[in-house]
Amino acid sequence: MKQMELRLNVNGETKTWTISPGDLLLDVLRREGYFGVKRGCEKGECGTCTVLLNGRPVNSCLLFAAHVEGQELLTVEGLAAGETLDPLQEAFLEHGAVQCGFCTGGALLSAKALLDRRANPSETEIREALAGHYCRCTGYQKPVEAVLAVARKRKPKIIPEEAA
Amino acid sequence: MSNEYRAVGKSFPKVDGHKLVTGAPAFTDDFHLPGMLWGKILASPHAHARIRHIDSRKAKALPGVHAVLTYKDVPRVPHTTAGQAWPEPSPYDTYLLDSKVRFVGDRVAAVAAESRAIAEEALRLIEVDYEILPAVLDMEQAMTGASVIHDEPDSKNIYDAGHNVAGYILREIGNVEEGFREADYIFEREYRTQRQQHCSLEPHISICWLDADGRLVIRSSTQVPYHCRRQVAQILQLPISRVHVIKPRIGGGFGGKQEMLLEDICGALALASRRPVKIEYTREEEFYMARSRHPQILRMKMGVKRDGTIVASQMKVLAGTGAYGSHATTVQGNTGSKVLPLYRAPHMLFECHVVYTNAPVAGAFRGYGCPQGYFAQETLVDEIATELGIDPMEFRRKNAIRLGDVDRLSAQLGEGREGLARVIRSCGLPECLERGATAIGWQQKRKQRFDRHEAVKRGVGMACAMQGSGIAGVDWASAFLKMNEDGSFFLQVGASDVGGGADTVLSQIAAETLGVTLDKIVITSGDTDTTPFDVGAYASSTTIISGGAVKKAAQKVRAQIMALAARMLEAPVESLVCAENRISAPGKSISMGDLALHAMYKEKVQIMEGASHFNTDSPPPFCATFAEVAVDTQTGRVQVLHLATAVDLGTAINPMYAEGQVEGAVTQGLGLALTEELLLDGDGRPVNPNFRDYKIFTAKDMPTLSTILVETEEPLGPYGAKSVSEVPINGVAPAIANAIFHAVGVRIRKLPIRPEDVLRALCEEQKEELAAV
Repeated sequence: MKQMELRLNVNGETKTWTISPGDLLLDVLRREGYFGVKRGCEKGECGTCTVLLNGRPVNSCLLFAAHVEGQELLTVEGLAAGETLDPLQEAFLEHGAVQCGFCTGGALLSAKALLDRRANPSETEIREALAGHYCRCTGYQKPVEAVLAVARKRKPKIIPEEAA
Repeated sequence: MSNEYRAVGKSFPKVDGHKLVTGAPAFTDDFHLPGMLWGKILASPHAHARIRHIDSRKAKALPGVHAVLTYKDVPRVPHTTAGQAWPEPSPYDTYLLDSKVRFVGDRVAAVAAESRAIAEEALRLIEVDYEILPAVLDMEQAMTGASVIHDEPDSKNIYDAGHNVAGYILREIGNVEEGFREADYIFEREYRTQRQQHCSLEPHISICWLDADGRLVIRSSTQVPYHCRRQVAQILQLPISRVHVIKPRIGGGFGGKQEMLLEDICGALALASRRPVKIEYTREEEFYMARSRHPQILRMKMGVKRDGTIVASQMKVLAGTGAYGSHATTVQGNTGSKVLPLYRAPHMLFECHVVYTNAPVAGAFRGYGCPQGYFAQETLVDEIATELGIDPMEFRRKNAIRLGDVDRLSAQLGEGREGLARVIRSCGLPECLERGATAIGWQQKRKQRFDRHEAVKRGVGMACAMQGSGIAGVDWASAFLKMNEDGSFFLQVGASDVGGGADTVLSQIAAETLGVTLDKIVITSGDTDTTPFDVGAYASSTTIISGGAVKKAAQKVRAQIMALAARMLEAPVESLVCAENRISAPGKSISMGDLALHAMYKEKVQIMEGASHFNTDSPPPFCATFAEVAVDTQTGRVQVLHLATAVDLGTAINPMYAEGQVEGAVTQGLGLALTEELLLDGDGRPVNPNFRDYKIFTAKDMPTLSTILVETEEPLGPYGAKSVSEVPINGVAPAIANAIFHAVGVRIRKLPIRPEDVLRALCEEQKEELAAV
């Protein structure tokens, strides 16, 4: 099959990959070593292959890799800043939101997209944001608590009038 | 109680958590091997057929194809795929590949090719001429034997192949007929449960290759690496020493991976192609080519005295194992042995036929036969209590098994053989009832009467359950510990963490026993070359059995450390205290690191020890489940508003992860109760093998969950621990069914409880009411 060149930004790094026009983004990412992007159903139903495309969660199993030419991707591998975990990753660990971990990467990214958009989401909004991520281990209780904990910490501090 | 401990009873984050939240390559599929091929299985399109002729020449000739296997190319070794201790109690009725196919999805052939596309193309090129045989999908019809599913002469240990009966169980305590005569009232009802699929987010996957020594390496998503090694060796006719099974991180199992499912065929393809081969089920394949929960028809009969004392309890079960008898008698044995003894009836009878049908294969699934049994028993008990005008909770309190009781049914009904009597040495059920009732507001909500004219009515219901902690006299495990010169320890266990946190819990037990901090324990688990034997992750056994082995090994290592420390500190062993990585005598102390350096480079001794462990009893964890529901009488829709689960798990080694087990179990229980069923059409083809049509609960479908850990001290468990992962699934469906009755007055005796079932029952009830007027 004909090959083509794909340029994109993954986790802040510019990449140039050779792909076939029909390659799915999920397959290309895994081929390139982004194993945090999981293959759970290949039908856009389970959410384990979620990546952020220009900040928005998408199922990488439903996208042609060619579709993301010139765009920005964030995978779970790019969530931590070097050795420093993202607060969401810390919270998932502290709250026991990780069991088998297979859905975790996708769920973390959707939570991040939510918190980037809404500083102080309600539990309902968090559940809505995680609804696209099937988890068969946790019953969602602890993942929701973890995201809520991060959201609460992020609440803009109310500055007392005299100080302001 | 747990306050005196430093590692046990603490909610540490998972020891393997960091790699999971950072997306590090930790799962079976997360690595590339040069030259790795894609394996694919040609699945039978027919529910029952004989392969008259099969021609794989065109497939073999396709460029990029490296191996094509049919039944003609592989050894014919009858075996079971059930990942159980040898000798497996499941019938040996399965073949690597066979000239007969017995369900839609059964193996016809397998290929290994350079890409997935080539592998799929090769499957299309295999020419198969099928002689289609009559398919039998109905369990009752199967027993007529009109169409015999296992007519091959070489299968072993099938109870009655001619009538498609894979297994039969009949056990009696006392004399139930006598018991029914003594009873003032007799209640008899029929209940039905469905085919539920595990839906592990990571589908089954195996990667097989030959290492530099020509040994077969199997990296696989399995709960049972050691059983898998033994079974693959048996099937591929290799010495066990030539097989190496590696269990990396596993993306959920729930019993579905207590099964040697892909490892044999993947290994055969690797041997045939002399190349690494990967086979991974697609989600669709996972639904019907993996395993599911056994569907059952349960006829439950109880005799009670006027005061509510149960005198006789009888359960007759017809269960479908699908085309093969994986876990057939053992799952169904549990339906009786772990359910009936919850109530102390002097007379009990359990009878069960497990039948073959041309349906996808059933197997182990969290609860292992108990969710079916408890749906029947706990609904019937609710019906009886209601009829007698006794509060259902009081009725249970009155009849439930208690501390010091001996469960004699377990003695008769072991793992496919005679078992061992269960003695109740710890029982927190009364506290579970009390605290669960408080959480849901039982006393107040049971009394509430809702306006007859409201379309949506609320109700509360409850159920009790118990389970086991390992299989008595069968499950065993071992652990090995060695000390490093920095005072850290390598802990090697055959136990298989499948995501629930076993590695963390076992590390906590080691740290507690050794008197070191958790970060000093480096655990390796589930590798048949480098870790000692363990039966694997099933039967709620890991904490109590593998944990018992870890504790023993750590005690032995601790004794070595103390002996050396006594010499180094010139103080008697009895005066030494070991905590926080230091050994102290009055006025002096030494760090574990300094002691280890001394041991290794001065004394030239490796501090190390191994230990094995098993129990002759299986202490039951207990559970009380309370559900509050809202039932829409116009649509039949049931919404669970609140689910409160109180579990007596012995000591919670890691309370946070124990809660996680409860929350995960009840969520699968919600699906079992309300939404999940793998449906087949009239020809045995799956109708809904995808997440769009097979509905599992998502974050926004969930009710409020209240999870209550009731801690007791179990003498047989390490630091008093029993088990937690299975028992909470048992009560969810009956608690919901009972809450529906409380809300709208109709009994639903079939799972899943769909809106149309509720609506139909409401309409029938209305018709009866009108007729009565």
